[in-house]
Amino acid sequence: MSKTYYDPADLRKFGNITEWNEELGTKFFDYYGKVFEEGALSAREKSLIALAVSHVVQCPYCIDAYTKDGLQRGIDKKEMMEAVHVGAAIKSGATLVHGVQMMNKYDKLSM
Amino acid sequence: MALLKSLAARENDLSNPANQLKFLSNGIFKKGELPLFKDKIAETNHFPLKPKKLEILQLNLGYMCNQVCSHCHVDAGPDRKEIMTMETMEQCLEVIRNTGAHTLDLTGGAPEMNPNFRWFVEEASKAGIKDFIVRSNLTIILANKKYHDLPEFFKKHKVHVASSLPFYKRDKTDKQRGEGVFDKSIKALQMLNAVGYAQEGTGLKLDLVYNPSGAFLPTNQQALEQDFKVALKEDFNIDFNSLFAITNLPISRFLEYLIASENYEDYMYALVEAYNPVAVENVMCTNTISISWDGWLYDCDFNQMLGLKVDSKVQHIRDYNEDLLNDRNIIISQHCYGCTAGAGSSCQGTVTE
Repeated sequence: MSKTYYDPADLRKFGNITEWNEELGTKFFDYYGKVFEEGALSAREKSLIALAVSHVVQCPYCIDAYTKDGLQRGIDKKEMMEAVHVGAAIKSGATLVHGVQMMNKYDKLSM
Repeated sequence: MALLKSLAARENDLSNPANQLKFLSNGIFKKGELPLFKDKIAETNHFPLKPKKLEILQLNLGYMCNQVCSHCHVDAGPDRKEIMTMETMEQCLEVIRNTGAHTLDLTGGAPEMNPNFRWFVEEASKAGIKDFIVRSNLTIILANKKYHDLPEFFKKHKVHVASSLPFYKRDKTDKQRGEGVFDKSIKALQMLNAVGYAQEGTGLKLDLVYNPSGAFLPTNQQALEQDFKVALKEDFNIDFNSLFAITNLPISRFLEYLIASENYEDYMYALVEAYNPVAVENVMCTNTISISWDGWLYDCDFNQMLGLKVDSKVQHIRDYNEDLLNDRNIIISQHCYGCTAGAGSSCQGTVTE
């Protein structure tokens, strides 16, 4: 039994998910690979978006993967941290904007 | 972090190549988690690995260097005293005059620190070799007044300069190669440009060598070259011809770093996952002979550092025989995964289109 829920070595086994459902697993990895190809956005821009999203969804595997991907692409730590702040700003903004709902409800219930 | 002393001076266990080779065959490879390199290349019938036509003679003029870079596979530094003698140089010149190879590649340490470097370059340049490369760490040009005229000297002998520059920004370069290395490297590149290197119509070639500053693989060489060209031009008005992206091989000080930072297993997995059978066709050991400071012959500079002499009746420059050498089997181990990952890696950069 593993002592923690997350084991960094499990990232290497990601591809194994196809073993239990080859069709869906293969479709996912084909899709994933296609998404990260150079397109209207560069692969470098996509890597930074992926890094920001990795933090927002708090996926430790993704954070490891896209920090390394960024290093390989020559993305520096300033750029990486700015991307993380973009994710954090959206996430905190998404929390705060619900304050409007609270205010609406408060006002509606109050005399 | 850049280090102050070589593994040899620190009497580190890894300064003994046999310990490195043992380490590279144990652990994940012994347990069968990852395939041995010989089994991997056997899948595509590349075992035993054989040489093709000899194209490059690479001479290591000595392990002495003015820098102590943290990734150095030579374990070079100011404390290394191994230097090629004039007698060995003369034996090399004899070979250079008669070789079928079209490229002569001088490396080190800092080859310029060999006291007979200039004499040797003058003599070797008369041999009519098509491409004469000197691998310069750049900072040597500014290290001492006696080296300041190296750009002019290189120009005079039409030497093709290949220079290491880990990144186009200061922090990563200095972290790998030592404090102040970036500024000196930039100044040296500007000096080389000033005498005509990488300038149109001069025919003087200046290439840069990039290797990742950490436990990750290089990305696409062309994309990196483009990033380097734009950044160095905009920030420092520097021109260069090509960028070679080289993968760090898991030996010597880079192996020490991988182990100490607990990146070794992940790095080996990354190399094996990125294994490219097409790269095996063109790995540099198939077209290169590496000659050490004391005249021994190796399949490549990495095998030289691991003490793996060529598997041939001819093992020393004094007995050099190209036909016999071309008939050898190339010696391989798990470090070879470094040259077959992704687009492949060699002293001339990637090995696949």
